[in-house]
This record gives sequence, structure tokens and C-alpha cells, in this order.
Amino acid sequence: MKVSGSQALVKSLEQEGVEVLFGIPGGVVLPLFDALLDSSIRRILTRHEQGAAHAAEGYAQVTGKVGVCVATSGPGATNLVTGIANAYMDSTPLVAVTGQVPTHAIGTDAFQEADITGITLPVTKHNYLVTHAADIPRVIKEAFHIASTGRPGPVLVDVPKDILAAEMTWWYPDGVDLPGYRPNLKPHRKQVREAAALIRRAHRPVLYVGGGVSRARASEELKALAKMTGMPVVTTLTARGMFPDDDPMALGMPGMHGTYAAVTAMQKSDLLVAIGVRFDDRTTGRLSAFAKGAAVIHADIDPAEIGKNRAADVPIVGDARAVLAELVSVLGKEAESHPPADIGPWQEQVLRWKDEYPCRYTQEVGGLLKPQYVIQKIGEAVGEDAVIVTGVGQHQMWSSQFLRFNRAHSWVTSGGLGTMGFGLPAAMGAKVGRPDAVVFAIDGDGSIQMTSQELATCTVEHIPIKVAVINNSHLGMVRQWQELFYKKRFSSSYLPPDVPDYVKLAEAYGGVGLRVDSAEGVEPAIARALEVQDVPCIIDFRVDPEEMVYPMVPVGHANDDIVLGPEYDAGEDQEGEE
Amino acid sequence: MQHTLSVLVENKPGVLARVAGLFSRRGFNIDSLAVGPTQHEDVSRMTIVVNVAERPLEHVTKQLNKLINVLKVVELDPKTTVERELLLIKVAAGRSTRSQVIEIADLFRAKIVDVAPEALTIEATGTPDKLRALIELVEPFGIRELVQSGMVAVARGTRGISDKGSKPAVAG
Repeated sequence: MKVSGSQALVKSLEQEGVEVLFGIPGGVVLPLFDALLDSSIRRILTRHEQGAAHAAEGYAQVTGKVGVCVATSGPGATNLVTGIANAYMDSTPLVAVTGQVPTHAIGTDAFQEADITGITLPVTKHNYLVTHAADIPRVIKEAFHIASTGRPGPVLVDVPKDILAAEMTWWYPDGVDLPGYRPNLKPHRKQVREAAALIRRAHRPVLYVGGGVSRARASEELKALAKMTGMPVVTTLTARGMFPDDDPMALGMPGMHGTYAAVTAMQKSDLLVAIGVRFDDRTTGRLSAFAKGAAVIHADIDPAEIGKNRAADVPIVGDARAVLAELVSVLGKEAESHPPADIGPWQEQVLRWKDEYPCRYTQEVGGLLKPQYVIQKIGEAVGEDAVIVTGVGQHQMWSSQFLRFNRAHSWVTSGGLGTMGFGLPAAMGAKVGRPDAVVFAIDGDGSIQMTSQELATCTVEHIPIKVAVINNSHLGMVRQWQELFYKKRFSSSYLPPDVPDYVKLAEAYGGVGLRVDSAEGVEPAIARALEVQDVPCIIDFRVDPEEMVYPMVPVGHANDDIVLGPEYDAGEDQEGEE
Repeated sequence: MQHTLSVLVENKPGVLARVAGLFSRRGFNIDSLAVGPTQHEDVSRMTIVVNVAERPLEHVTKQLNKLINVLKVVELDPKTTVERELLLIKVAAGRSTRSQVIEIADLFRAKIVDVAPEALTIEATGTPDKLRALIELVEPFGIRELVQSGMVAVARGTRGISDKGSKPAVAG
């Protein structure tokens, strides 16, 4: 069967099970969008390519499938770059298809030409410039394989316009032939045994769990290991929800704005069981002072992560799910012959830390609305089935601290790259992937303004997300650092709270806008938002602009220097909530 | 410290840029680079000489291994490796000095590959040390032009780099 390159591309996407793609047409991808008209794949026309990339990421994170975004050459392609880089840092499976100027024009600075494979070289797992229409099926097959296996990540496929128009004989490969790509999924038995031995002997172990466990969709295996061993569990920003916060041994997020219990347990531990983590600087603080007394078991699917920041006593290369399952199996079999050390006193110590030093705030009656209060009330109102998506900044940290997560993949956020503007489009993509679930974006007034144009997409495509704007009239995290480290010299961090008027903005885009400036108004507004069907709803929460995120480990400091904040300076008798 | 990496790659466009990018993003300078075909048509071999500390090199090597088009990375131990560079050097040499320059070339088992009234072109192969010595000796006559290849290197013994058992630069 003869087909055009465009048709081959669309058929290939269909072969890969693609149900939806996010993108914007333009000059060189006109043939592709023409072919898409005849396909069952849903096209969601975003208003900016960055929105398309983040939406594809949100979709991928909640569904576990590969997200797909499409853009034209030149500016279309370069607008995807932030999203691609974000997916690279957070290991999100993404395939980005870009149009390119015709082959004969490449390298001539033709209209809307950009060397997008060159530009994305350091932020993609792999990328392709297709030079023959006959290669399209193989390239798409490989792109989806590479994006979704091993350590997932973004793959970009750049297709010149003449290749989209050229004829080819349709075929689709059964498999891939990639001699240089053989991810090692199965952990080495001997390494697992050594790890099990360390776990048994440890008196103060901590399970340090990261995004790799989320990508491996290994929450059940994680729960099994935690239950079997009784080890306290810290979940990094990208792993929130992978272990239920209702479990007494759940310590929450570690790191710069982590809970006192999580940070301190790691510092005092004698064994870190690190699964799918990077020992990222936001988690470790000053590396040389991080968990100095701890031996390290480090399991990751990516061998390049092991020993990168912290030397591992037992390195394990393998898929997080397989590693956790193997550990459970080995520890289970050897439970009688090799009884584990008693970690009871350690568990009690950890529970005391949790009990004595929770994340705190005070919502005074009639006082300024506290952002933490808003976030906590959203968490209580939406229930466990909801998906929460955030932007980047203070609101993101408070969300991680004050929401209780009990379901895996109910949390979508931008971790490694820290991309402001991620929240709204990612929520849109998450809602497309989980149409049955309530999807609540918790965003900042700084973050949302970077991608608010996607409200149009939400209205037109009937994607009814809820957006809480934690409006503190500042780039809040910038303001916090300026207050703490730059002598309160607030340089370029003020955003007038009425510009834009978020109620009018929502209405202008065909959605519903609400405003809340007092604690009493919070619950009714959330309830009202949850009633809105079919269109997006924004709630403009006017919160205390001076509220800061605590606990905090100042950058470059040891995690022992954790600062609990004013709630604790005021005295121990103060009640935390409301 | 100087390290020599042998990298087997798929013979595809853009591979060199991917490999070089992992060094350049860290601000590492590649001292010498040679790329060429191997006995397998679709496989090329790169020999990369870099001056970096052990730990960052280990990380770069692991990341090289992650590149889809990279098939194998091996660090060559200078003690058990044959290392060669090719040098073409155009030396000023008139009637009075020509024989002296030829004599030096002979000492290094180098060849004269071009003769002009006022210059000679010498072709020499050898280790970087040997070539450096040759350059020093002809320098007083005047160097008109000098071009040198990157180093190519191969481990001594029976085994080929792609055989099982040849030591990869980083385990795993």
C-alpha cells in the first residue's frame, strides 16, 4: 500500500496506541495535520507549544503511557524545548514530533528553520532527523520504545516537509534493532542479597524513595517492602503518593523544604535504602554533610546515577519494581534463618520527631488567609481519587507538605527542572488522561501567568480542570530568598494581585472565576468549583504575601541546620492548625 | 591525568556531536580525537584523549554508554596499548639545509613525501612523544605548516575491542 510520509507517521502513531496528541500546526506540518483529520487520534490544539509539551507530560505521568506533542519547525519547535527539558529531568516518557523545512533547504537559514535536533541534543534521551519517508515507521517505533523503556525520557522526531509529502510503501516493524540500547532491568541477584543483608543488620534504616519508583509504577512493591521491614519511608517531591501518607512510617518529603522527621531521620540513619533517586542537591543539602553515618544501597535503572553524587556501598542496577520485588522475596525467604535487627527504638524515635515537629502554620480567625490553609482545605475537599498538579514555587512546596497523598500517580509536579508554568497545561493533560478524576491545579500567581493561555484550550476542548491560584502578589519563593538572604531588598519580585484580574481572566476564557480573601470563604469556593462542569474554574485565593515555606535548609548548608521557622520560635504550646 | 577512550559507535549522522556534547557541557577540552571506519561497515571507532580527573571521567563514560548510538566504551591502559599519531610537517629547507632535514627525518624513520625548492614535507607516525621530538629538531629550520591526526590506539594482544571479555571502561 502506497501512503504519504504524513499518513505513514499517523499510522505509526496509531500503531503505538496513541489516543491523543497536543500541538499546533504551522507551515511545514500542514501535511501531517491534514493526515490527522482522517485518524481517530484526538488532536488538542493548544495555544502555545510549551503548553502542548507540558500537557503531554501531565498525560504521560497519570496514565503511564507515552505523551505526544507536535509542533511546526522553527519557533514551534523551539517553544517545545522547555517542556522537553522538563521531561528529561523528570524522566517522563514523551515523543515530540516536529516539522522541519524541506530537506533541500536545511542549513540555508530558510524561513522558520531551526536546528531542533541540535538544540535538543542535551535534553533528549535520543532524537532523529528523518531523511527518508521509508524510515518513518522504524523511527516512530524506536522513538516510543526508547521513550518508554529503561529510564524513560523525551525523544524528538524531526521530519522535513518534503519527507511528509513523499510516498512510501506502508510497513510497520515488529520490533526494534538497537544494539547500543539494552537497558538492564533485572537486578543482579548477588547485589540484592547483599542489600538484604545490610537491611537486616541496620538499626536505623530509611527507605529513600524517588521518582524512579513512580516511573516503574512500583507502589505496591514499595508498600510490601516497607510493611515487611517496618523501615520509615521518605518520598521525594517526584515520589509523593507512591507511599501512603496515612502510614505511620511515612515521613513525607525530604530535603530543603522537607519535613523535620524526613530530613532528620536521613541525617541520623545508619542505612539509606535509596530506590529510584538521584541524591539531588535539593534533597541532600551540603553533600559532604549528608547522612554521614549511613551506608548506602542505591538502586536505579540508570547506571550513570549510581555513585554520581554519593558513593554506594551496594549498587544495584535495575528497574525499581524488580528491585523492590526481589528484596521482598529475598528478605522473606531468609526471615527465619536470619532474623532482622530490632528497629523498634528507631521507629519510636522517628514517630516522636513526626509528632513533635510537624509542618505548621496558624490561620487566625479574621486574619490574613494562609496559603497552607487553602491547600489543606483543597486536599480535604477533593478526596483521594483526585489528581493534584502544581506549578513551581512556594505553593508547590506547601502542596507537598500539607496535602496527604494515599494514591500513587495522584500528584504531578515539575521536579528537576523546576519549570514555572508547568501546572496549568500539565493539569490539562492529566485531565485528558484521567477524565473521570477531579484534576485540581494548585498554582502560583507567578507560575500561572507563564502559561495561562491554555485556559482557552481547556474551554474549547471541554477539559474542566480546577485551578487554585495561590495569589500572594509575589514571585513568592524569590521574595522569600530576598527576605532571608538579600536583606529584604525585594528586587523584581512583586506582582500586583489585581493584574490580571483572575476572575475576569477565567470569564474571558469562557470559564468560571471565583475570588476568596478570607478563611471562611475557602470551603464554599472549593465546593462551588467542584460543581463546575465542562469548563475550567479558577479560584483566586488572596493569601498572606509574607508567609514563608518552612522547614528550610538554607542552600549550601548541612541538613542538620534545618530551620523550623517562626511557628516554632513562638513556643511549643502553640497549636498548629486553624 | 590523561585518559584514552576507545568508543565504538554506530556510523550515523550526529553521533560525533552527541559524544562531544558530553565533554563540552562540562567544559572539558578534548585533547585529541580520531574517528574512522572499522572492519564492520556500520560501526565507527572514536579514539578520544582527554585530560580529566578519574571521577568526572567515570561519569562521562557512563553517560557515553547511555547514548543510543554508542555500542561500547573502553578505556585503554597506556602500558598495554599501541598508540600512534600521524604528522605531516612542511619544513623550510633550501639547498644548503635540505640534507640536514632529510637526515633528521631518516633518524625518525619518517618519509619525505613532497619536495619543493624551498621546503620539504615530512610524513611521520609514532607515539606523541616521538613526534614531539621530531618537531623540536626541525623547528630551527622553520616550520611552514604542521598538521597532525588525533591519536589512534589499540590494545595489545589477541582480543578485539568488541570481543566479550574486553574490559569496559565502567562496569554495569
